[in-house]
Amino acid sequence: MSSPAPSAPRTGGRDVAVVAFAQSNHTRHTDQLSEVELVMPVLHDVLKQTGLTANRIGFTCSGSSDYLAGRAFSFTMALDGVGAWPPISESHVEMDGAWALYEAWVKLRTGEADTALVYSYGKSSPGSVRDVLTRQLDPYTLAPLWPDSIALAALQARALIDAGLTDERRLARTAVRSRRAATANPHAQLRGSADVEDLLRRPYEVEPLRRHDCPPISDGAAAVVLAAGDAARALHANPAWIRGVDHRIEAHQPGVRDLTDSPSTRLAATAAGAFDAPFDAAELHAPFTAQEVVLRRALDLDDRVRVNPSGGPLAANPVMAAGLIRLGEAAALIHRGEAGRVLAHATSGPCLQQNLVAVLENTGGGTR
Amino acid sequence: MTTAAELLAGIPELAGAEPVTRVTIPARLEYTYSPGSAQARFLTALPEKRLLAERCPQCTRVYVPPRGACPTCGIATPEQVELPHTGTVTTFCIVNIAAKGLDVEVPYCYAYVLLDGAHVGLHARIGETPYADVRIGQRVEAVWDDRRLGPSLASISHFRPTGEPDADPESYRRWM
Amino acid sequence: MPPEVLSAPLIVEFPFTRSTGPVLGAFLTGLRERVVLGARGSDGRVLCPPAEYDPVTAAELTELVPLGQLGTVTTWAWNERPRPYQPLDTPFAWVLVRLDGADTALLHALDAPRHAVRTGMRVAIRWTEERSGAITDIACFEPVPEAADAPDAAPPTRAEAPPHDHGR
Repeated sequence: MSSPAPSAPRTGGRDVAVVAFAQSNHTRHTDQLSEVELVMPVLHDVLKQTGLTANRIGFTCSGSSDYLAGRAFSFTMALDGVGAWPPISESHVEMDGAWALYEAWVKLRTGEADTALVYSYGKSSPGSVRDVLTRQLDPYTLAPLWPDSIALAALQARALIDAGLTDERRLARTAVRSRRAATANPHAQLRGSADVEDLLRRPYEVEPLRRHDCPPISDGAAAVVLAAGDAARALHANPAWIRGVDHRIEAHQPGVRDLTDSPSTRLAATAAGAFDAPFDAAELHAPFTAQEVVLRRALDLDDRVRVNPSGGPLAANPVMAAGLIRLGEAAALIHRGEAGRVLAHATSGPCLQQNLVAVLENTGGGTR
Repeated sequence: MTTAAELLAGIPELAGAEPVTRVTIPARLEYTYSPGSAQARFLTALPEKRLLAERCPQCTRVYVPPRGACPTCGIATPEQVELPHTGTVTTFCIVNIAAKGLDVEVPYCYAYVLLDGAHVGLHARIGETPYADVRIGQRVEAVWDDRRLGPSLASISHFRPTGEPDADPESYRRWM
Repeated sequence: MPPEVLSAPLIVEFPFTRSTGPVLGAFLTGLRERVVLGARGSDGRVLCPPAEYDPVTAAELTELVPLGQLGTVTTWAWNERPRPYQPLDTPFAWVLVRLDGADTALLHALDAPRHAVRTGMRVAIRWTEERSGAITDIACFEPVPEAADAPDAAPPTRAEAPPHDHGR
């Protein structure tokens, strides 16, 4: 009675779990596939895993961006792969699919649906994703300068090096660790890596970042099925229960922020209950090596936690799907019985501007 | 609400300067577009004056141009169906405003043509007839442009009336 | 048999004209007149580029203050191969610059040799000849010779830039 109010209100609601996850084999080009042809196989995969059909799904939510492939309203055509007639309960976010998952999670928590299909896709190959991403920037003071995604990440990496928080050698080690981990991931695009010394002899992309510090340019898609309470228990023997999920955003202007820190990640993690107990593994959406440094600091992850056992976005980075894939990979660790408590993170915007943190566990109850 | 002029008035160096209120910064992105497998099959048949649709194996609806998926059933449509060059007008309008970048003289008649055997209308222009005579149910046929045959719908110049009696409304009512 | 892969060039253009609103309108007016404005937040910090609303309290910000033409690099990244539309077409450094009088940093390009670039270096604005009221009215930054930046050197400020010299 006299205890202080918790930092995030515990709200009533049902337990929600990830009960299926599928992803494409991510590749540099998918010229032979339209977006719906890219998405449909992963949709069919998760439906087959659960035995559900589209018309038995309570809510469908997707995440994508038309700018990547330059195709207006591409998400409406991707919806053809769902079977959306008669009209289904459906929504779309012009964001990474992790935020589509968040919207679906809210629907399930509030009892508006018992099951949800969440999917996302990114087809970057038709355009130049480095340049396309400049169009998400402030149109008055940033976008006219066309600072590409690698340039902005390099400014952040320099700030971290100046602060003594990392160096080029340690960044290369992160790249090697990620891509060697990806050798066990059949969906990854970059599997295996040259050693650190070899990588450090290669030229800079935008100094201090070399090519190995940057994510590959990927086409790919991913889907998950969420279910609430007994529906989740009926659909999977080991549901990956979402114990908490939250997302926070920071100022857009990179010059306003301390680029070496991520208070939004820390706040989201606190609200999601991330600091209540240790993790077996973490799937971090850090497309650039230096961003993993920022996230590890914000999340208090030490070397005992396995980070990105899938290889992470350095091994495959389908923009708009890479965050949802972190949630899916985290859930898959629990589905396979390889972990009991996993942190999943997704990001959006330049230099980790916006961050989502989810805590997944193999036991239900007590959703925060 | 404060205006830019009011904000500038407080700054000696800028007092009286004509305020900027709008800014135009054009942006251009260049892509290489690929249509995917289903649409590629449709497009590559056009130079041979063939209209390749695809049928849903579940609901048997026939889609043209095919997009590779049945939007009703959410499954792939691998079965190809070659359609005749004749169809029925299911809706139309007369366009009097020239669209920027579109190389077509106004006015023109823009219509949905339900090709015989298809279950979605094909976007098309109607020609070789007074626009006042164009009507829903009218029977039309494709006129190919032999100078522009290629993997593009520009291979079809337009549709023109066949002179047949109008189609029975029951034949197209569900697919309007 | 898989169909032949077709491809065609696709150009997407965004010719939007945007309203600037009062704060950005004043900021861009200043750039046209070779004056950089910052916005004072409710905590006293001066934000440049100016924010329209206070990042902490969300209050409408209406106090604009002229800043110096010199600043300090807070972080940088060397761009050996400039891409289309970027501020310079020769190798340059992307920089965040905290202008004198500001508490936050502005993104732009720095025209300097690679070996000269470092965090903490002093830089000055290089204006374009023809200015229209856009962030690109700043062509880039350039290094400041140390002598010119001594504390007792003449303030290299707006005084050098007559406020209404843009040809009207």
